[in-house]
This record gives sequence, structure tokens and C-alpha cells, in this order.
Amino acid sequence: MADMSQSTPTREASPAPSSKPPLRIFRNLNAKLAATPMILTALVIFVGCSVWTIVYSFTNSRLLPKTNFVGFDQYERLWSTKRWMIAVENVAIYGILSLIFTMIIGFFLATLLDRKIRFEDTFRTIFLYPFALSFIVTGLVWQWILNPEFGVQKIVRSLGWESFTFDPLFNAEIVIYGILIAGLWQGTGLVMVIMLAGLRGIPEDIWKAAKVDGIGTAKTYTHIILPMMKPVLVTALVLISAGIVKVYDLVVAQTAGGPGIASDVPAKYVYDSLFQRQNLGQGFAASTMMLVMVVIILIPYFYLQYGGKKAK
Amino acid sequence: MSTATQSPAKTPRGPKPKRAFSPANIMIYGTLFVVSIYYLLPLYVMVMTSLKDMTEVRMGNIFSPPVEITFEPWVKAWAEACTGINCDGLSRGFWNSVRILIPSVVVSIAVASVSGYALSFWRFKGSELFFNILIVGAFIPYQIMLYPIVIILRELGVYGTLTGLVMVHTIFGMPILTLLFRNYFASVPEELFKAARVDGAGFWGIYVQIMLPMSLPIFVVAIILQVTGIWNDFLFGVVFTKPDIYPMTVQLNNIVNSVQGVKEYNVNMAATLLTGMVPLVIYFVSGKLFVRGIAAGAVKG
Repeated sequence: MADMSQSTPTREASPAPSSKPPLRIFRNLNAKLAATPMILTALVIFVGCSVWTIVYSFTNSRLLPKTNFVGFDQYERLWSTKRWMIAVENVAIYGILSLIFTMIIGFFLATLLDRKIRFEDTFRTIFLYPFALSFIVTGLVWQWILNPEFGVQKIVRSLGWESFTFDPLFNAEIVIYGILIAGLWQGTGLVMVIMLAGLRGIPEDIWKAAKVDGIGTAKTYTHIILPMMKPVLVTALVLISAGIVKVYDLVVAQTAGGPGIASDVPAKYVYDSLFQRQNLGQGFAASTMMLVMVVIILIPYFYLQYGGKKAK
Repeated sequence: MSTATQSPAKTPRGPKPKRAFSPANIMIYGTLFVVSIYYLLPLYVMVMTSLKDMTEVRMGNIFSPPVEITFEPWVKAWAEACTGINCDGLSRGFWNSVRILIPSVVVSIAVASVSGYALSFWRFKGSELFFNILIVGAFIPYQIMLYPIVIILRELGVYGTLTGLVMVHTIFGMPILTLLFRNYFASVPEELFKAARVDGAGFWGIYVQIMLPMSLPIFVVAIILQVTGIWNDFLFGVVFTKPDIYPMTVQLNNIVNSVQGVKEYNVNMAATLLTGMVPLVIYFVSGKLFVRGIAAGAVKG
């Protein structure tokens, strides 16, 4: 891309003769003014606020932020808090399973829709509509379906299987899987659409070559097409993982972290520390740990994306 | 018919036409059908439950259609459901959401489109750096920025107000929207821009007279993206507003998950459907554009 800030050739063409050369900072002034909100967002919010929180995570702030630095105390407290450990464990289980299942289901559905079928638009619309709904709506409707008194459990029991038990939202051991079911329902459609776009980008010749070599359809997908879709897969992976660390609304709506604290997640721990329990230091430390998680996830991504060639 | 007789000598081209009921096809359609049921089930359950009265909800199962259709739960959810001491239903949250939505969508798109335009045609020293920070910033968990933003908004005197929330939506919509517009403007031929410069048009002139009229499709995509995103927001609503201007999602959650009183599941489902209605309508009406919006956000992000 040519650098457009060099406006000298056009200035010669402009009819108004400028009396003296403008100051450097005033050159391209309108563009700088117009980009001010973007610059402020980038510097003040994304950099400034994150750094502020990281700095204050080393203080013993409780009700109000204070600059009384206590080293890593907050982090030691955090990692010895049972509730935080449960939250991290939950997000790990939810994250790993939701990554695996979303990728598999998304790819599987995409291959089905890729088979030049009829009603493709109808099926795509059906698989994707949950993505238009909020996590609050998703959580509440699955709370209702998984309600043991009225939902799935009751129906199976009324069919004659009296001892059937399926109450994930009331069982601390499996509550996170109940949330996973809802999360998959909401999010798989998006991955399917991304994968389908990737599949459509595969040249037709590949299919012809595979056919000539006598490779079956399923094997062509898993052994030839899938490795070719690496960029799309990486994109999908990053999207899902970035969403997982932030998971909050879904848990609040579906279980409110319960039963007890069994379905707590880091995002909820942060919110409660900051705005409910007046324990700012813990909230800051926990949110810094969330940032660390995201960084750990993103490093391999940037490595994959820009690893071979030098960036730009 | 006639085309077939015109070229009888040619061998048929393309793949052999498949039989409609080949085993493979039955497998594909069968699977798609079964999976569709899983995806449609929650919507079906919501509609069915919201049309029953409470005795029928208690007696029947959630999948059975109502014996006697009643719209009572819908009326109740809209006009009478209680959150705390207010018993004027979800309508309050709905109008709050509308009041939040309109300025947020307008401001965020206006700001981001101008930023994207500046980044495409009027680069200045450091502009790419700021843009890269913005894109990386999109991955930072919101939680780490919540409290400092509360302080900033409080200092500005807009914490807990509509203005404050509009600012927050503008800030967090900026990475994706700026990216969307920057990529779109990057595809606009440079000659067009240069010609306008030669004719003496400036920064705003070119934006208003040339770029705006030719970028309507991307504006529609941005609007769809923002309307669904802001309508579905919960976290910012709960952190940056006060109860009297809570958006619909927050109020819905408060109604359904309130511990007081008898649980009225039919009213809850009607309320849930009402809240989901706006994004659903947008989704079904906009169709391919919605897909394009999320693909634009996803694949480039």
C-alpha cells in the first residue's frame, strides 16, 4: 500500500496558494482529529486501563483502590482460594471440551452442507440462529429444558424409566457439562459457517485429483481437505478460545454460579470481587490472570500466523 | 428438451447426475434432519411453554403443545412481571434497550467508519501502530478494564448514565468496526481518491461525497453486527448502568432468576422469547448479510 500521508503532489495541484509550509503536527490534521477516538481507545482504554489494573493488582485495595503495595500477596491469596480454583478448573473443562466439540461438530456440519445439497440455506439458517441470541436467552432456555422437575428428566421418567437421573444444573459434579450443552448449541453454528467458507475456498481440482486416485469422500475430507484449511482452523480456534475465557453471561443466566460455587468461572469471580464483595485487589489479580490466560492462548496463534515469515 | 436434440453427438459433461435417494443422500439428509431437531428444540420449547397456563405447565411435559392456547403469559411478561419493587414488566427494559441501542449504534459506527477511512487514505505517523494496538486489544478480557473505566466515567460525570454506556459500546465496538471499514475502504480504487484530491476535495468532503455513498452495503453489515451485539450485551449493562436504565437482558435475568415468589415458567419463557425477538427478527430478515457480518468479523479478526 502506498503511503497516503504524502500529500505533496496533490498540494501542487490545489488552487489556493499556501503562504508558508504548515507545521508538521498540523499536516493531515483532519485525519488526526478524526482518528482521535481510535487513538484514545487504543492508548487510554486498551493499554492504559489494563496496565492500571495490573499495577493495582499488587496492592491491598479493598473498597477503594489504594497504592499500598504488597507484592504478590493477592496472587498467593487467589491461588489458595477454593472458589478461584473451581473457577479455573471449570473454564478449563468447559474450554477444552467446547474447543473439541465445536471444531468437530462445526466441521462435520460444514462438510454435510458442502455436499451440494438442497435446502442448504434452510439448514444453515437453522444451525446458525442460536448465534443471534444472547447468552442470557441461551442460558435461560436451557435452564428450563434441563429443569429436572419439568424437562428432560421428567419426560424420560414418564416413559417408564423411573430411576433415570439427568439434573446437571443441580449436581455440582456435572453442572459444567450442562452449561457446555447450552454453549455448544449457541456457538457451533458460527464455526460451521467459518468452516463452510473455508471448504468453499478449496479448488475443485483437489476433488478431481482425489477421485482419480480413488480416495473416498470421507477420507478426502479428513486427510486432504482438513490439512489445507489450516488458516481457517486457526481462526476458528482463536475465536472460540477468546470467547471461552470471557464466558460469563451464560453462567450467570443458567446457574448463577451454582449449585453453591460449583459452576463459577473466572469472569464471574472478577465481577463479584469488584462489584459485590468489595475486594478490589482480588478482582484485579484475578482479571490479570485472565489476561495471562489469553496471552498463553494467543502466543501459539501469532506463532502459527506470523512464525515463518517476518511480520509484515 | 430442445437443447438435448441440438447436440446429440456430444458426450455428457460434468459429473454423473446422482439419484435423489442414494444411500449417501439418505445419510446426509437424515443426519441434517436429526441435528436440526436439536437446534430447533429450544425455540420450540420456548414457544410452547409460553403459550400454556401454569397448571398445564405443571401437568404436562415441556415438549407437548398446549391444549389450550393462552397469551396471558406474554401480556404478563411484557406489562406486569416484577423486578424488585417495579412491576411494570419487561416493557421497561425493552425501551431502555432501544434508548441505549440507537445512540450506541449511530455513534459507534460513525466513529469507526471515519477511523477506518483515515486509516485507509490518510495515514499519518503512528496510525498503523494505533490500529494494531486496537486489534490486539480486542482480545483483552473486558474484565481487566472494567474498574478503571468505571473510574474514568465517574470522573467525567457519566457513570451510570445512558451517555456512559453509549461511550462504552463505542469503545468496545471500535476494533471490529474499524477493521471492517478499513478493509472495505482498502478495496476502493486509489485513483478515485486521487482524482477527488486533484479536484480540491478535503478529508471530510471525500468522506461525505464519495466514500459514504459507495459504502452502503458495509454500513448495513456494521449495523446488523452492532444491533445484535448491543442488544445482547449483558456485562456492560450490568456494570455501567443503574437499575432504572437496565437494558432488557439484565432485566430479563433479574425477572427469571429472582428468588422471590412463585416461579412462573410460562411467563419466564415469554419474557425470554420477547428479549430474543429483536436479534432473531434481524437474523431472519437479513439472512446472508448477517452471515457476511460475522464472517467479516471472524475471518479477519
